[in-house]
Amino acid sequence: MAAKDLFQELKFRDPVRARALSEAIGHEVAALGRRVSVMHVCGSHEQAIARFGLRAVLPPDLELIMGPGCPVCVTDGPEVDEAVALAVQGARVCTYGDMLRLPGTARSLADAQAEGAKVDVVYSVSQALELAEKHPADEVVFLGSGFETTAVATAAVALANPPKNFSILSVHKYVPAAMNVVAESPETNIEGYIAAGHAAIITGWGIFEPFAARTGKPVVVAGFEPLDILAAILKLTELMRAGKPEVANVYPRCVTKEGNLAAQRSLWKVFRPVTGRWRGIAEVRDGNLDLTPEYAHLDARKRFRIDTSPVRDEEAEEAAKGCICGSIMLGLANPGDCALFGRACVPESPVGACMVSSEGQCRIWHTYGGVPDLRKVGT
Amino acid sequence: MEKPQAKIGLKHGSGGRAMRQLIEDVFLTLASPVDGIGLSALDDGAAIRVGDRWLVVTTDSHVVHPIFFPGGDIGRLSVSGTVNDLAMMGATEPLGLTCAVVLEEGFPRADLERVVASMRETAREANAPIVTGDTKVMGKGEVDGIVLNTTGVALADRVVSDAGLRAGDLVIVTGTIGDHGMAIMSRRHDLRLEGDLRSDVAPLNGLVREALRAGGEDVVAMKDPTRGGVAGVLHEMAAKGKVGIVIDETALPVRDEVRAAGEMIGIDPLLVANEGKAVIGVRARSADKVLAALRAHPLGASAIVIATAIGERPGAVILDTGFGKRMLAEPEGELLPRIC
Amino acid sequence: MCLGVPGKVLAIDGMSATVDFFGVRKELRLDIVDEPVSVGDYVLNHVGFAIRRIPPDEVQETLALFDQILDVSGAKADLMAADVRGEIAAAKHKE
Repeated sequence: MAAKDLFQELKFRDPVRARALSEAIGHEVAALGRRVSVMHVCGSHEQAIARFGLRAVLPPDLELIMGPGCPVCVTDGPEVDEAVALAVQGARVCTYGDMLRLPGTARSLADAQAEGAKVDVVYSVSQALELAEKHPADEVVFLGSGFETTAVATAAVALANPPKNFSILSVHKYVPAAMNVVAESPETNIEGYIAAGHAAIITGWGIFEPFAARTGKPVVVAGFEPLDILAAILKLTELMRAGKPEVANVYPRCVTKEGNLAAQRSLWKVFRPVTGRWRGIAEVRDGNLDLTPEYAHLDARKRFRIDTSPVRDEEAEEAAKGCICGSIMLGLANPGDCALFGRACVPESPVGACMVSSEGQCRIWHTYGGVPDLRKVGT
Repeated sequence: MEKPQAKIGLKHGSGGRAMRQLIEDVFLTLASPVDGIGLSALDDGAAIRVGDRWLVVTTDSHVVHPIFFPGGDIGRLSVSGTVNDLAMMGATEPLGLTCAVVLEEGFPRADLERVVASMRETAREANAPIVTGDTKVMGKGEVDGIVLNTTGVALADRVVSDAGLRAGDLVIVTGTIGDHGMAIMSRRHDLRLEGDLRSDVAPLNGLVREALRAGGEDVVAMKDPTRGGVAGVLHEMAAKGKVGIVIDETALPVRDEVRAAGEMIGIDPLLVANEGKAVIGVRARSADKVLAALRAHPLGASAIVIATAIGERPGAVILDTGFGKRMLAEPEGELLPRIC
Repeated sequence: MCLGVPGKVLAIDGMSATVDFFGVRKELRLDIVDEPVSVGDYVLNHVGFAIRRIPPDEVQETLALFDQILDVSGAKADLMAADVRGEIAAAKHKE
């Protein structure tokens, strides 16, 4: 099948089949007979859900909540301060575009760039490697952001003995930790989970079996086309109605049970999960991926004395403690309940992850004054 | 350590909300009443009454990087940009253009001659004489290569603002969207994408003349979707016309290469700049006539209706994706490749 | 969390492959792909790395999976009706 056919034939965007799936979801939720909340933990799922307007075709009694699934948005202020401090100290900081405007406690890499610091947006970590070769006199620091799918690419570069002036400031995050944070919170009312499809390519869907058994909640692995997501939600509602806490793989074209073993070996050679603070949530066990001692020679936190004092704003850091993104992500509160919402926390200077992400709950509430119900508009 | 907002950032120049805020807060203080469309209208240009006609004036500075790109260069961009801004106001016969250039010491003369040749050719294509100009040179490193400003003047019997949409009107785009911005972005961020990603930069006064001849008074709003893309223009038209706009996403004309590049770097073609397209608001009764006229012109071959103005939710732009509807956010600042 | 776009491998040179994404070509690194890749295969790109080789018949299998999930929920009948309605609408559109 030619690439073009794959795209045009991509039945995964076929509105007719989508209506059938959403009608079926309606039957399942009606059969459940009550309001029910399910959560996904992936920024790209939220992008696809928002981009195709899928919430508008889901039954009102099914609440599809965006969990802490955007690795960029949960990156904490002090972690960004480290990157900004390195740039201000003269290093050449390479970053993915998503991280450029993410503010630390006071400033973002874009602010540092505006003041003349060397900050390069790259599409791939391999470009950062090329910049290190092109500028031997510069200390090139790659700001490694993203979940394990992206961390594996960073690991591949670390394993290919990069030049001496190349180092990594890791703010990579780990998906299973995001789901544990939610499941272990006492007040959670989440009854089913949609797992991140591309992270599961690396880790395999088997990794979620202990989670489903421990929490008694079903998990489905979903792709990123509208039909992928609707089919996954339908499967999830079926498992919930049948009371089966199982793991279902609804993305077989990409995900297998054991995953990409070679990639897992590289990943766990270079990185290890450690506990860390996620923006607006709290300490997340195994939430961050740090470089292992064996790769300390590439760790920017070990190679440089990073002095964040000139770029930190203690007051803002203190005020950020009032952020309730944690409970918003659990669907237990809405942005209106937060003291910072619309005052200290606005799109230009976001405090919590829900205001940073273009699809975050607080960003949507701030832009549209609540979640607009568009079902009947223009009909 | 003063608040970062005290400094100008790249976002202030990229056609989104931040730029609009800067203009409203700083530059609108220059506005003074004028008999016609002045600064405060924030339209493509100004229109000042002269007897029973309008003198339409527009100015633009061009700082595209790289200056030579697939499908065009800064020379063609500078002439087309001003000719198009005049055309969007309804002035399709420019009386004259100016060309003020600021050059960096050491700028290659051969590149300058290539840029000027391209300006000459585009001016001839648009039948727009270049009548005066200015040349400045700054020290090495004090300016980035070349900055090119063009101003255009024309007389028009009727001015078309970008505020004329009413409920029930239809919105036409004159061809595929995202071509220019995606061509530039794939070069600038060293994305190393190979393929037919080329700018659509072209003068549109001939095309707009046909649309006005076919639709006359029923052509009620026009704007060229440059920085901020079609999304930016529709937000402006919705706000100024005090109407809601519902876009039919399945109707949006996007070339495969632009769609593929957009999917790979996480950027929606609706937000990407165009330099050879117009967004035209038209009363429903004349939509077919205007479409036929546009499609008969080489630059309008794939013109199509993409949206409808509605009375509900004034100022909002809603995207009907074919699956469900969602609000379309206003472009923020500079578009960057995304991973998440 | 990541924008995986499927593309077709046009050529391979050591650890680098030229991949076509619906008319746009890009070099991808093969360091972390899960299986050996050959020309004509489909791969999933993420930040310039091929992270998965997509077996060609997976597209059909995914569609079959959707039908199977719909079947279990007894909505298959509606889908058939929907498909028929879809065909009629499509035919009318072409007149």
